[in-house]
Amino acid sequence: MNNFDVIVIGAGSVGVPTAMSLAENKIKTLVIDINSSPGQDNNKKAIGGVRATHSDFGKISVSQRSIEIFSTWKEKFGDDIGWISNGYSYPAYNEEDEKKLKDLMKIQKSFNLDIKWLSKEEYLELVPGINSKGLRGSTYSQYDGSCSPLLAINAFYFKSLEYGAQYKFEERVIDIAKANDKFLVTTNKGKYYSKQIINAAGGYAKEIGEMVGCKLPVNPDNHEAAISEPMKRFFGPMVVDMRPGKDSKNYYFYQNSEGQVVFCITPDPSIEGIDSDSTSGFFPSVAKRMVELYPKLAAIKIRRSWRGQYPMTPDGFPIVGRFKAIPNYINAVGMSGQGFMLGPGLGELLTRIVMNTETENDLRTLKSFDLYRDFSGMEAFK
Amino acid sequence: MDTFRLTTHPILPVEDKNKVTFYWENKPLKAVKGEKIASALFANGIKIFGHHEKDNSAQGIFCANGQCSKCTVIANGVPVKSCMTAVKENMIVMPAEGLPELPDVEKEPVLEDIESIKTDVLIIGGGPAGLSASLQIAENNIKSIILDDKEKLGGKLVLQTHKFFGSVEDSYAGTRGIEIGELLANKVNENSNIDVWTESTAIFVFKDKKVGVFSKGKYKIIEPKVILNAAGAREKFLRFPGNTLAGIYGAGAFQTLVNRDLIKASERLFIVGGGNVGLIAGYHALQAGIEVVGLIEAMPKCGGYKVHADKLKRFGVPIYTSHTIVSANGEESVDSVTIGQIDDKFNLIPGTEKSFKCDTILIAVGLESVKEFTDEAEKAGMNIFSAGDAEAIAEASSAMFNGKIVGLKIAKFLGAEINDVPESWYEKAQILKKHPGEISKLEYPKDEKGIMPIINCIQEIPCNPCSTVCPVNAIQMQGDPITGKPVYTGGCIGCGLCVVTCPGLAITLSDYRKDADNPIVKIPYEIGNIIVNIGDKVDCVDIDGNFIDKFEVVNIEKNKKKLTQIVSVKADKENVKKIVAFKVQADEISKPLDNPIIPTKMKDDAMVCLCERVTAGEIRKLIKEGIYDLNQIKAITRAGMGPCGAKTCDNLIKQIFREEGISTIVDNTRRPLYVEVPLGVLAGKEGGENE
Repeated sequence: MNNFDVIVIGAGSVGVPTAMSLAENKIKTLVIDINSSPGQDNNKKAIGGVRATHSDFGKISVSQRSIEIFSTWKEKFGDDIGWISNGYSYPAYNEEDEKKLKDLMKIQKSFNLDIKWLSKEEYLELVPGINSKGLRGSTYSQYDGSCSPLLAINAFYFKSLEYGAQYKFEERVIDIAKANDKFLVTTNKGKYYSKQIINAAGGYAKEIGEMVGCKLPVNPDNHEAAISEPMKRFFGPMVVDMRPGKDSKNYYFYQNSEGQVVFCITPDPSIEGIDSDSTSGFFPSVAKRMVELYPKLAAIKIRRSWRGQYPMTPDGFPIVGRFKAIPNYINAVGMSGQGFMLGPGLGELLTRIVMNTETENDLRTLKSFDLYRDFSGMEAFK
Repeated sequence: MDTFRLTTHPILPVEDKNKVTFYWENKPLKAVKGEKIASALFANGIKIFGHHEKDNSAQGIFCANGQCSKCTVIANGVPVKSCMTAVKENMIVMPAEGLPELPDVEKEPVLEDIESIKTDVLIIGGGPAGLSASLQIAENNIKSIILDDKEKLGGKLVLQTHKFFGSVEDSYAGTRGIEIGELLANKVNENSNIDVWTESTAIFVFKDKKVGVFSKGKYKIIEPKVILNAAGAREKFLRFPGNTLAGIYGAGAFQTLVNRDLIKASERLFIVGGGNVGLIAGYHALQAGIEVVGLIEAMPKCGGYKVHADKLKRFGVPIYTSHTIVSANGEESVDSVTIGQIDDKFNLIPGTEKSFKCDTILIAVGLESVKEFTDEAEKAGMNIFSAGDAEAIAEASSAMFNGKIVGLKIAKFLGAEINDVPESWYEKAQILKKHPGEISKLEYPKDEKGIMPIINCIQEIPCNPCSTVCPVNAIQMQGDPITGKPVYTGGCIGCGLCVVTCPGLAITLSDYRKDADNPIVKIPYEIGNIIVNIGDKVDCVDIDGNFIDKFEVVNIEKNKKKLTQIVSVKADKENVKKIVAFKVQADEISKPLDNPIIPTKMKDDAMVCLCERVTAGEIRKLIKEGIYDLNQIKAITRAGMGPCGAKTCDNLIKQIFREEGISTIVDNTRRPLYVEVPLGVLAGKEGGENE
């Protein structure tokens, strides 16, 4: 009874949709998580933005599939997971950024992504009241969107249960051993066997990898985010301000399906480690930048804030695929803050890896997510 | 017009105040200058402030304390909490119908750097505990900042029109709460070691040992060496069908409207909960000329002091013990309440339902400590103390004494060269915290001559001012000097000080001096809205409110200092000692409707999360599916994600878990902010609620 085809370690943004997809394909799946319910680590910290407009084939195709899953969920299964096709925008306030964005657009267009350049006037219609001083225009990708991480993961969780996936919560994996042609996964509460293992442990991926001798260059760093009271919809897309600030890199915000403005900032220098306690510096830093960029936000009341981690790889691309030394151990780690948007697409890709049914496209994707790549490249506009 | 204001009050001064004009839905209305929008609306008879975007349910006052957002209105285009925002001349106030619109702005805001202030001690809460502690700390030349979210220091003391219990020596017993509040506030305001920050709310204790404070429209950061959490308590809410109608709120909100803002918040009030909070709220309502239809208590007897309960019964307010609220009935606002008797397992006994017409239902079913500052400060590794209700729920008299002890402890902790807190203080603190004890038999003095006090105080409670004020020491505490039973030992001179001082209005004088056959009973009276005149025949009642007979009022004296009248009634020999009061509220007021209104809604239709509109049934369904992590319940239902931050629903959800027999649950993760703050304020812009 403790024998499984696959054990997924981590019931988060990647683990849960993966379990759903595996179980849907009749693969006997167990998910083990240290928390008490799904999504209690960094999934619930995600602000919910979902975009396909990345800069490489892998992320683009995985996210495109994610968007399909998110956006058709309600229609297919009935439950609202808060998806809205509100789009993404990167306004430019200087020539250099405008050029960077326009260059990237060329690559994105070559992947058939729907992204266009809006003039200042067009952008002001989309985000009324945003600071027009120095505004040169903005990218706009209308098919990107946003979704509630909380609702989505629970929808995936219940669907995965329906398909037969099993979960063990409040269990910490303490050892992974080889037992004949199987793995023996030992937790603080029990022992489980499986043919294959998927490491989807987010911020704890490195520790899990070490248990099988797989060194993973995944290091979490801390980001803080917050949410406002709900308001009648007053602007359209996710707004990403890519300019650096005094003690921060970029920050971004959007209005979710409830009407609440959700925002997050990237500290500079980055704060490494895992520490989810809130600090006093976050609000003054992010609030000032947001109010300067979008003055009418001054009147919106902020309701709650939280702190979470981006499990970062050196180049900002995930690490997905089999570990050569132990091929039945599969990595799905280093999402670098994009686990929520990549998760559903990755779940299906991981299922194909487990079943050895990867497509041509999958193999191309896996190349950019390869553990054995040169990590010196850098993801554009993380 | 603004006719729902108190025009007289037996205790509180009702002055003519400057009025300003404001507009509600474009109609001009009058408000008292500087009062909160919520109070101005209530004064004009407006109790529905808008409708919820999720289910169009009527929204209005709930906490009156800036903690929830149920009272949101649109003031000059900006959504604000009406209970915390002062009305201004020509302000245009609109109901919040559905989601509000974020107003456009003309110009870029001017942003200043956030000020950071260091201090020795940060005291969160300027109520009885915080004020007492601050004085002790200041006495040792230690600097402190005391925060309070209201305009005036005093906390809930400023709402208490009744005389306080406790001991005279330690906690101003016999003096009214409002007077104690003022007394302490004056001392604190005059003290140069104490920096008083009113209209200032602590919004979080961050892990870098800094406290964010929303102060008079500005965001500031305080770095203290020590935090004292004296933030008090919050009221628990209750699940029942109709619990979300406008006109259902806590006793604290009610006292704020009535006793602070002198608003006649209700015409006919029903109270749920027989603890001291509910009982006293009933008394305050009577003082304000509000009809109190009844009070229910689920237990077989009231948890509050017997003298408080007796006082209400004697004035004609029925107290139904072993009763529960079945439903609140009405379209948008409360029209009536249905109650019913419960068995020893707290199950409703069918057929016992009764309904009463009322416009307001007060929920006074207990308090819970505001612990979050303590929890966060501990997590951040700060030096944290707590005092008063934030530490343990007790009477304000206890909070004051406990604050004094903690103040001394903090001074010592910070290096003041003082002795340890004396052991006797701890003992006294325990006594002042004591729950009411056993009830003994009522015994009268045998004498039928001269004058003597009849002490209708037969339950052990921490209260002794009668023994302290008597100039001839004719009243002695039997047993403990504070909680013991007061006994008349002879030698009364008839000065009446005990009568006007007793917080329970439980002492009368039997005066045989003029006419031993028709002795006079001198009764304390402070329901000034119901005027009693010489020559009136009043319905005299015994300790429990049972009718004795009609007797004539022969004299009325008013003690200027104590504000309690002494009404002399000419009784007879047989009854003079038994008479404790006379009924002021007619029986018709408490008459149930001919047929009870049985709710069509199910018990599980009761709202659990008022902010996000989540019912008990939705929560129960998830619990039955095996979910035990409150975070997951929150993720799925949004219960706890609203503006109040699970302050109301947390308890109610845990109750449902208990009902389902599940004891192992995972608590909600607490996050900043404890109250909502405008983004602009956090950015360094002046403004906010009062903008």
